[in-house]
Amino acid sequence: MRHQIPLIITFVAGITMIVQYFVPHEPFAALSQQFRIWFLIIATFAMILGVGNIIKIHVERISRARPGWGYSVILLAGLATTAISGIGWGIQPGTIFFYLFWNLLIPLGSTMFALLAFFITSAAYRAFRARTAEATLLLAAAIIVMLSRVPVGTYLWDRFPIVGNWIMDYPNTAGQRAIMIGIALGVVSASLRIILGIERTYMGAGK
Amino acid sequence: MSIFERLTRIDRRIIFCTVALAVIIPLLRPIGFPVSVSPSVKKLYDAIEALPPGSRVLMSFDYDPSTMPEVYPMNFSIAKHCFKRGLKVYGMALWATGVSLGQDALEKAAKQYDKAYGVDYINLGFKAGGIVVISAMAENVVETFPEDYAGRSVGQFPVMKGVRNFDDFDLIVDFSAGDPGVIQWIMIAYGRYGKKVGAGCTAVSAPAFYPYLNAGQLVGLLGGMKGAAEYEKLMDYMGTATAGMDAQSVVHALIVFYVLFGNAMYLVERRRSRRNRL
Repeated sequence: MRHQIPLIITFVAGITMIVQYFVPHEPFAALSQQFRIWFLIIATFAMILGVGNIIKIHVERISRARPGWGYSVILLAGLATTAISGIGWGIQPGTIFFYLFWNLLIPLGSTMFALLAFFITSAAYRAFRARTAEATLLLAAAIIVMLSRVPVGTYLWDRFPIVGNWIMDYPNTAGQRAIMIGIALGVVSASLRIILGIERTYMGAGK
Repeated sequence: MSIFERLTRIDRRIIFCTVALAVIIPLLRPIGFPVSVSPSVKKLYDAIEALPPGSRVLMSFDYDPSTMPEVYPMNFSIAKHCFKRGLKVYGMALWATGVSLGQDALEKAAKQYDKAYGVDYINLGFKAGGIVVISAMAENVVETFPEDYAGRSVGQFPVMKGVRNFDDFDLIVDFSAGDPGVIQWIMIAYGRYGKKVGAGCTAVSAPAFYPYLNAGQLVGLLGGMKGAAEYEKLMDYMGTATAGMDAQSVVHALIVFYVLFGNAMYLVERRRSRRNRL
């Protein structure tokens, strides 16, 4: 029963959602809306489960004094402070959460992302080499698109935006579409395997 | 080691210093490169312009502090545009961190046009579940978001009067920095319900949305800080995106210079080593 019940739930939920897409009438419409609400409740519990998992891992790291345990202390302190302040007093202006969000999280997040500019420049300088014809083509396209996306490109040559837009509209769109079609076929195939009970790894250990 | 070999291995600290200077100097002393408006940005602007006053625009704040410099300016500009046109704005978030950022953008934009919370705009807050949240609210908004971001019942706000499902929204704009984001909105809101969807996203993710834009599944697209700066130009004001364009221009030019320089040194060195072998 431990395996049959999850398989039945998956099958019924999956088939209902597929049918309601093509037949948006009762009882499928109401049933699928009910499933969506249940999903939202489960997703919220999944978040709680995730937080519980983080706490477990980091408490263990601190108790065993593993390398970097100090970061775990900061993480747990940050988690507790934001969760308690947010749940307790809300997130509106003037609350502790609001202060932490705007004065800690935003500067820290922006700093981390800003570091990318330094690493990308260094990596591009070292690794972006025209070793083959394909690499040269990629290099040329990248340079044109980079310059077409900033005003200095227009300043250097007024046709950079036109060429850049052409690259984005045609070669890029063609490549992206090929990738998207491949992904979509993969998703359909994987979903069918799960709904029909062929793919069971989500139940654990490939049973 | 030859001079060319040495030049292909510039110390990364020198590169980091030049990047820092390329960012700091234009921010302190703006150059003022002119910003030209691209068709994808103009399309979204026109879509909002075409809405009659009182129309409802749903905005989804699916970004976080790390992408705020790129996405927040477009969020603010579009909110400003909506309030200027007398449209009703409904905010929500598929990313928990987007709630406060979106609320800030709405509040600042609303203040400029004397718009009131609950009357002209509302923030429905965050709900976990990604695509299923979109799907659920498409059928019933109040059932999916019974409370606003501050935990108040949405039923008490006049702006929610007559809002039942996706049929009651005239345009949806997603501000996205990843997943869940633009693709989920296109799949459900456009694909299933035929709603007009516009998007603002980070520059790095913009290329992935061009197929949707070219197929007409997106009414317009703002890509990165450049997209935000273009919208600021259309709105005729100088915001943070326009101010950042000079710095971004110089950094892009610097990266291009390093790539070309690195390749030139590489080619010279390769030719030299071939000649030595002969």
